[in-house]
Amino acid sequence: MILSGDPPRGRTLALLLTVIFAGLALAPFLFPGMAALNVAAKICYFVVLAASYDLLLGYTGIVSFAHTMFFGIGGYGAGLALYNFGPSWSSIAVGTAAALVLAVALALVIGLLSLRVRAIFFAMITLAVGSAFAILASQLSSFTGGEDGRTFRLPEALRPGFQVLNSPVAVNGRVLTYYLVFFSSLILFLLMLRVVNSPFGRVLQAIRENEFRAEALGYRIVIYRSIANCLAAAAAALAGVLSALWLRYTGPAVTLSFDTMLDILLMVVIGGMGTLYGAVLGATIFVLAETYMQSLMAVVSHASLPLLPRLFDPDRWLLWLGVLFVLSVYFFPFGIVGRLRKRH
Amino acid sequence: MSAGKTFKLPARRRDIAPLLLVPLLALAALPLIGSFSTWVTLTLAGVAMGMIIFITASGLTLVFGLMDVLNFGHGAFISIGAYAAIVLVPLVSGLMQADSIAANLGALMALIAIAMLVTGVLGYAFERIIVMPVYGQPLKQILVTVGGMIVAEQLIIAIFGPVQIVLPLPTAFRGSLVFGDVAVERYRLIAVAVGLVIFAAMLLVLNRTRLGLLIRAGVENGEMVEALGYHIRRLFVGVFVAGSALAGLGGVMWGFYREALTPRMGMDVMVLAFIVVVIGGLGSVGGCFIGALLVAVTANYAGFLAPKLALGSNILLMALILLWRSRGLYPVTRR
Amino acid sequence: MSDGAPLLSLTGVNTHIGPYHILQGVDLEVRRGGLTMLLGRNGAGKTTTLRTIMGMWHASAGNVRFDDADITAWATPDIARAGIAYVPENMGIFADLTVRENLLLAARSGPIDDARLRWIFGLFPALEKFWPLTAGVLSGGQKQMLSIARAIIEPRKLFLIDEPTKGLAPAIIGNIIAAFSELKKSTDTTILVVEQNFLFAKSLGDAVAVMDNGRIVHTGAMAELAADRDLQHRLLGLHLDQHQ
Repeated sequence: MILSGDPPRGRTLALLLTVIFAGLALAPFLFPGMAALNVAAKICYFVVLAASYDLLLGYTGIVSFAHTMFFGIGGYGAGLALYNFGPSWSSIAVGTAAALVLAVALALVIGLLSLRVRAIFFAMITLAVGSAFAILASQLSSFTGGEDGRTFRLPEALRPGFQVLNSPVAVNGRVLTYYLVFFSSLILFLLMLRVVNSPFGRVLQAIRENEFRAEALGYRIVIYRSIANCLAAAAAALAGVLSALWLRYTGPAVTLSFDTMLDILLMVVIGGMGTLYGAVLGATIFVLAETYMQSLMAVVSHASLPLLPRLFDPDRWLLWLGVLFVLSVYFFPFGIVGRLRKRH
Repeated sequence: MSAGKTFKLPARRRDIAPLLLVPLLALAALPLIGSFSTWVTLTLAGVAMGMIIFITASGLTLVFGLMDVLNFGHGAFISIGAYAAIVLVPLVSGLMQADSIAANLGALMALIAIAMLVTGVLGYAFERIIVMPVYGQPLKQILVTVGGMIVAEQLIIAIFGPVQIVLPLPTAFRGSLVFGDVAVERYRLIAVAVGLVIFAAMLLVLNRTRLGLLIRAGVENGEMVEALGYHIRRLFVGVFVAGSALAGLGGVMWGFYREALTPRMGMDVMVLAFIVVVIGGLGSVGGCFIGALLVAVTANYAGFLAPKLALGSNILLMALILLWRSRGLYPVTRR
Repeated sequence: MSDGAPLLSLTGVNTHIGPYHILQGVDLEVRRGGLTMLLGRNGAGKTTTLRTIMGMWHASAGNVRFDDADITAWATPDIARAGIAYVPENMGIFADLTVRENLLLAARSGPIDDARLRWIFGLFPALEKFWPLTAGVLSGGQKQMLSIARAIIEPRKLFLIDEPTKGLAPAIIGNIIAAFSELKKSTDTTILVVEQNFLFAKSLGDAVAVMDNGRIVHTGAMAELAADRDLQHRLLGLHLDQHQ
């Protein structure tokens, strides 16, 4: 692949990735209508978010339940800046910069903590911290807009009313926003791919495999882990910025909820931990399932057996994904990507 | 055993500092709160809530201390306990509506029994099917138990619906006893009583029975217990089942405390239980007890003094305790 | 001293710990009765041998027979119940339990036998003194005594003892030597001791086996080894009287 020398390794996988890439690149033209574009944009920034989590979980071996905190910081950073300073590119820049600084600083603190305590302790603590942060965001309503969040406007070029082309296809501000999200996501993903395939990335994997040996070989685990934490947090924050730009809204339910945390966990594990491509597959499957599985399940739901309709109720798509998740952990430790690559 | 020999034994070093934390906290809060009656109400609320959290967290800490297994699905058992009980409520509605403490207690006991039975059995299944295959692999353990929790929560929603279900208190448990200026809620007293009974029972089993001896030794050094000839793995399942049953019990008590059930309720309590277990020291029942009281009392004081910081106050508390004792209040001496 | 088939025999035992091949074909026979010393340099595989016998690590090849049963694949608790008592290198004392509770746990078949306890107190008076206290307050030597006491609280067929004198002051070592002599005299339990302290080994051992690089490189009577300084030097890299 471009820049990184980490090819998909597997014909089916390469094919799937190409299809997804093409679909996303040409979405405004292939799938007319706002609903489809929404799905596409959501896939884009969730790919970045999931990939950043894979960097942490799959490559560095750290289980954290506070990752959505960084996503939220990004979303709120851009969102609050646009809300408070007006819809301009400089607002976006300021908000993004502030979000990055805060995210990296927090990541450093959490990263240092992770080294003082055992992995399981750490997971528990991040759960508590993540919950607390979410509640804090809802509580500081004068600043963050509380439970309801904030809606805001984008700079002129990104607004729906801004017409660039009328024919052969309608290209307006929304489409421009979409491509901003798409290309940013693409670049971020490729950058992450580059990082994990660099010498730095290899050391991370060595640390994940056998900490003692890595340390014995002279690598300062503290430094590597901290950097990995910071990179993951920064990427998540940027994903948050993108989500804010697309949704023109930021709020706790969308960014900081434990549901979102579980979602990206599912994406990474089902897609394949430690592969980054897994994040692409996982995010795509998840968002598509969330949107479209409902209609599929509605069909099954009209059976006559008592409990079955409830289990197949469209809103219960998460139940089945949860089952798939558990099965993945046991039987497909490298997720779908692993199966497609036919690891021996 | 030993005849009266007169020599100086080294003083039994009792670690009492943590025992003073709760009283000190309560005393410190009194001037901040100002009104004595409010202070009593808040403190009692905290103690009652703390007892319930202790009940749910105690199983978690023992399972972790003994088996090195952290069950992120523990919250599911809390929810399941509450929901299992509510299925039974129509059957005992007569007892619950009677205005007699005895009848109400009877109903409560019945609900608790059902909840513990259901969560105990499910705990057994959960341990054998989901947890056992990933013994010794912390990453997979966390993932798999989180997955279990997701599935359980979704099943609850599938069966009971996503909306909150109201669970009214039995008649004689409602209201408060009034002592002069101070109002003391009846149900909170009941919660405290139940909590103390459970705590006493646990201490009794741990300190006076061979089973308890095995558990305490196993928490310290499971391998050595095996070398002494005990099949400690069989004990694991038992402790896991007990922990799940206790979670179910806690779920029922919590349901009545809040007078409502939601599918996420177990998760919410679980976060608090995690904080408690970390504060108390993994594997220590005594530490868990003190930790639970600390967390609940702090939450109640903070809820009154600075409502926006309620959950944050617990994180702060956890951070402070870890700074003082980095492995919790009463860490178990490991290997 | 010995009679008939060996109580314990290892044949071609290989043990891997992760990627490391520690035991590379151990052949060892321990006859009934008496005390066999297992000597060797650091890292020779002595502790691994004991742990393999005890089932904490399973042999990847070869087999372990005890009292006419093949215990190679048995679980540790079953091996213990077959009559083997294990005193590990780090003593395995439960620091949060009292001395009494430590012994109670070791007494599998029920309450502690009074006469037996008196005998133990005779060997290790400190244990009587510290009876109700948590084992964590004991000194190193006293912990070692407790660990040994746990092994002898009930009759067993075989003791596996890993470096009982490690890190102990000479005076305490004297106590332990006395205790072991007493043990040899009053019970017919077979004892296998891993040691690096040759003086200790010489005073108590009847038979000796020497390990190096995961294999047994010498077996024979202790008296023979004690008398042959060249052999000692070759096998253990030291002279007898130097090592305290």
